[in-house]
Amino acid sequence: MTDTHTCMTAKDFTSNQEPKWCPGCGDFMVLQQLKNAMAELCLKTEEVVVVSGIGCSSRLPYYINTYGVHGIHGRAMAMASGLKAARPDLSVWVGTGDGDALSIGGNHYIHTVRRNLDLNVVLFNNEIYGLTKGQYSPTSKVGLRTVTSPNGVVDHPINTIALTLGAGGTFVARVMDRDGKMMKEIFKRAHNHKGTSIVEIYQNCPIFNDGAFGPFSDKERKDDTTLYLEQGQPLVFGANGSKGIRLDGFKPTVIDLEASGVSKDDLWIHDENDLIKANILSRFFDDPNSTGEFLPRPFGIFYVEDRFTYEAALDAQIDKAQEKGEGTLEELLAGNSTWTIN
Amino acid sequence: MSDTAILNNNDMVISKTSVSVLFAGDSGDGMQLTGTQFANTVAVYGSDLNTFPNFPSEIRPPAGTVSGVSGFQLQFGTTGVYTPGAKFDVMIAMNAAALKANLKNLHHGGIIIADSDGFDAKNLNLSGYGEANNPLEDGTLNDYTVFKIPVVSLTRQALADTGLSVKIIDRCKNMFVLGVLYWLYSLPLETTIETLQTKFKNKLDIANANIKAVQAGYNFGDETEMFSQHGRFCVAPAQKKAGVYRRVTGNEASAIGLAAAAKKAGLKLFLGSYPITPASEILQTLAGLKKWGVKTFQAEDEIAGVLTSIGAAYGGALAATNTSGPGLALKTEGLGLAVILEIPLVIINVMRGGPSTGLPTKPEQSDLLMAMYGRHGEAPMPVIAAMSPVDCFYAAYEAAKIAVEYMTPVLCLTDGYLALSSEPMLVPAPGDLASITPVFSPERKADDPPYLPYKRDERGVRPWGIPGTPGLEHRIGGLEKQHETGHVSHDPENHALMTRLRAEKVAKVADIIPDLTIDNGPEKGDLLVLGWGSTYGAIKKAVEQAREGGLDVAHAHLRYINPFPKNLGAMLGNYKKVLIPENNCGQLLSIIRDKFLIEPVGFSKVQGLPFNEMEIEAKITDILKEL
Ligand SMILES: Cc1ncc(C[n+]2csc(CCOP(=O)(O)OP(=O)(O)O)c2C)c(N)n1
Ligand code: SF4
Repeated sequence: MTDTHTCMTAKDFTSNQEPKWCPGCGDFMVLQQLKNAMAELCLKTEEVVVVSGIGCSSRLPYYINTYGVHGIHGRAMAMASGLKAARPDLSVWVGTGDGDALSIGGNHYIHTVRRNLDLNVVLFNNEIYGLTKGQYSPTSKVGLRTVTSPNGVVDHPINTIALTLGAGGTFVARVMDRDGKMMKEIFKRAHNHKGTSIVEIYQNCPIFNDGAFGPFSDKERKDDTTLYLEQGQPLVFGANGSKGIRLDGFKPTVIDLEASGVSKDDLWIHDENDLIKANILSRFFDDPNSTGEFLPRPFGIFYVEDRFTYEAALDAQIDKAQEKGEGTLEELLAGNSTWTIN
Repeated sequence: MSDTAILNNNDMVISKTSVSVLFAGDSGDGMQLTGTQFANTVAVYGSDLNTFPNFPSEIRPPAGTVSGVSGFQLQFGTTGVYTPGAKFDVMIAMNAAALKANLKNLHHGGIIIADSDGFDAKNLNLSGYGEANNPLEDGTLNDYTVFKIPVVSLTRQALADTGLSVKIIDRCKNMFVLGVLYWLYSLPLETTIETLQTKFKNKLDIANANIKAVQAGYNFGDETEMFSQHGRFCVAPAQKKAGVYRRVTGNEASAIGLAAAAKKAGLKLFLGSYPITPASEILQTLAGLKKWGVKTFQAEDEIAGVLTSIGAAYGGALAATNTSGPGLALKTEGLGLAVILEIPLVIINVMRGGPSTGLPTKPEQSDLLMAMYGRHGEAPMPVIAAMSPVDCFYAAYEAAKIAVEYMTPVLCLTDGYLALSSEPMLVPAPGDLASITPVFSPERKADDPPYLPYKRDERGVRPWGIPGTPGLEHRIGGLEKQHETGHVSHDPENHALMTRLRAEKVAKVADIIPDLTIDNGPEKGDLLVLGWGSTYGAIKKAVEQAREGGLDVAHAHLRYINPFPKNLGAMLGNYKKVLIPENNCGQLLSIIRDKFLIEPVGFSKVQGLPFNEMEIEAKITDILKEL
C-alpha cells in the first residue's frame, strides 16, 4: 500500500548534477518521466539503483538522485544482473542506448532477457551513436549516410522488439519520446512486472539523426504510420480511427473500416499475453517510406508473461539448501571427509 | 635415504621414506579416479603427499594412442613431500601407449606394473611400437623391474559370477590394479571400499563389483609367486602436526578460501564466472555451497563474469570472479572499472600455457605481467600468488581480506599445476583465520554533512556506501572522479591527484603484509633462489639437496608481488647472486630488475610442465661454479 503522504516527489529524485545533453535531446523527456514514475510508484531514493553503460543516454544515473553506477560500454545489463542477483531487495533500472545494448552489449542483452532477472531496462534508441558523434548504429536504417557510412548504411537493422521476444522477453514495450504520459505509465507497469522489462524508446537525437522517427511523429503522417496498442482493444489507427488490422490466419491485413464496412469488433483485439500475436506485431517493422502494402508501427506494450525470475529461483535453491540451517564455517573448512592425526 | 629391509610374515618388507607413483592408461581407463583413490588412502594413512594429474585436452582422444594417455602422478612419504616427484619410482601402464608416453620419466631401475592384456597386437600398433616389438618381451625393459599382469583377464575371472556384462566388468580393471598396489605398499583397502560404497550407494552391484576387484588385486599380490623374490614395501606415516586433515586440490582450496573469507567477514559471497580450463572447478565447487549462502552466476562470457561481480560488489557482497589467461584478457576492461570505482573484488586467475588457447590443460606462469600491468590507464592492483595447493586457500582468503579492507580489486594467481594437484590440508579452526573487517558507511541523518563517497581514511581507503542505506545516495562510474565528492571531473590536477591516491592506496597494502622470510638457507651468502607461485616445491627440494651437497644457497618465496614485502630489496642485497626460476620467459625477473635495479639470473621453463628439483639443482650448481 502506498501512502501518498510519505512518498517522495519527482523533485526528490532530481540530482544535483546538471544534465549535459544537447538542447532538444529526447533524453530529457525520459529522465523526467522516470522521475515522475518513481515518485508515483512511491519508491524510496535509497532503494533504487540506476545502472548504465556508455553513451549519451548512459549518463542517466548522474541525473537521478538515487544510487547509480555508470559502467562501461555495453555491459550495463551484466552489471545490473550481478547487482540484482546479489540484492533482490533493490529496484534496479538500466539506462542504455541502441549501440550500448544491441551492438557491443548484444550478447549480454540476449542473456539478460532470457534469464529474466527483475530489471527495468530503458533502451534509448536513436538509431545512431550520439556520444561518439554520429556513426551509424545497429538500428540505423539501410541507406543512412553518416560519417562511417558516407555511401549509406548497408547493414540490415536490428528489430529490437523481435529480438527481445526471440530471446524470451517477458515484458516488451515501445514508446515514442514525446509521448510522456504513455512513457510514464509504461515505466510504472515495467516496475510492477516481476522480470526483465524492456522498454524501447524512440529517442530523437537532433544533432546526429534528427527526425529519424519523423514518419511516426510528424503531424501529417503519424496517424497512418503508428498503431497504439491497448489491452483488450481492437487494433485501430488512421485519422479518426478509420483503419484497422485484421488477422487472416497469421497474416495481418489493413482494413479500411469505412469502405469495407467491417466492424471494429471483427478486428484483431490486442492481447498482451499472446506470444504468437506479439511476434506478428513485432514484425510490423516496415519502412514508412517504402511503397506497397504498409503496416503501421506499433507503440505500447507488445507482450507480458509471468515467468519466474532468476533471483527468486536462486534464492529458493539457497533456502532449500539451508532448510536445516545455514552451513557453519567449521563445516565449510572441514568438508565431507577428514581424518585425524594424533 | 636408506631403505631397510625387514622380514615380516614371510614377506620381505622394504621400508621407504618416499615413493613416486604414476598411474597411466587410456583416457577411458579411469586413471584419475584410481590415482585419487590411492592418494586418499595414503593421506588417511598419514603420509605427506602431493599429486599431479596429467591428461589430454581432448575429452576422448583415440583410444590406445599416445595422445590419449591420461596420467596421475603422486608422491607420498614420511618427510616433507612438496612435489609429485621429478621422476617416478613406479609406473602402472594399462596399455602399450601409456608405457611409451611415460617410460622416459621412470627412474632407472624403477618398477613397471603392466597390464599385459593392453599389449596385444592392436594396442602395440596403435601405440607406435608395432606388433612385432612388444616392449614387455623384447628386452627393452631389461633395466627395470617389470611385473606383467594380465589385468583384464584376471578381473574377468574374479568377477565372472557377478552376472554383470563384460563391458562393466572390464571397467573394474583399474580397481584390480589398485588392489595390487595396495598390497605392494602394505596399505589398507578400507578407505577405497568406503568410498565405493558411498559413491555407488544406489548401484550396489557396481559397488560390489569394484570392491571385489580391489580385493582380487590385493589377493593376487599375496598369492602370486611374482612378487616373492622382490618383496613388498612400506612407507611409514609422516611426522605431521596433530590435527584434523582433509585433502584438497588447489581449485577446491581457492573456492573454500573465498567462501571462508565471506563467512569471516559477515558478507555474502557472489561469484560471476565463465567456465575455462583449468579454473572451472572453482565455479563448480562454489556452485555446490548453497548451504553456505554462496551465489554463483554462470555468465555468458568472462566480460559478464567480471561485470556481474562488480555489480554484486557495488551492492555490498564479497564478489569474486575466476578464470584462466584468455578469460583474464577479456576481463581487463572490467578490472579497470573496478579500480576506478574502488570496490572490493577478487579475481582468481588459474594460469595455463599461452598465448591464445595455447596449452589449455598445461600449467605456465606467464600471466604475471598481465596481472601486474594488463589494464588500460594507470590501474594498479594488488597481486598475490599461491605456492601450493593448500596455499590456494590462504591466498584466496588473503586476497579477499585485502580487497575488502582496502576497497580494491585483487588479483590472485594460481596455475594449472596447483589447481589440479592435491595435498593434505590441516583444517584450520575458524579462530585461526585472520579477521576481515569491511567498513560500510553508516546511514546518514538529514542534518549530517553531505556524504562523500570518495573521502579516504588514513590508509587512503574510501568507505563502502551500499544501496539501500538511507542518506548515502550517490552516483559513481568509470569517468574520473572528483576528489572526495566522486562527481565526474575532467580537471587535469584532479586526475593527477586521483591517479596518485589510487596508486598510494595499493602501495599501502605493504603495511599489512608480512616481511619475506628465508624459507631455507643462510640470511646472507652466495646465492638466493627467489621463486613465486607453484615452483615452490621444486625449488624447496632443489635448495635442500644443494645445501645437503654443501652449497651456499638460500631460498625465499614470494607470495605478495604487488606490493612487494617491504624488506625484499634489503634481502636481495644480502646475496652475491639472485636466481629466479619461472615457468615463463622471465616475468618476475623483469619486475625485480625494474624495481631494484639488480641483474638477477633467470631460469625459465616454458614447456607446459612444472619444474623438477633436479633441473633447478643443476642450475644452482652451475651458477655457484661460476661465482
Ligand atoms: C569498449 C568501448 N568501445 C567504444 C567506445 C566508444 N563509445 C562510447 S559510446 C558509443 C556509442 C554509443 O551509442 P549508443 O549506445 O547508441 O548511445 P547514445 O550516445 O546514442 O545515447 C561508443 C562507440 C567505448 N566507450 N568503449
Ligand atoms: S548527441 Fe544526440 S543523443 Fe547525444 S545528447 Fe546530443 S542530442 Fe542527445
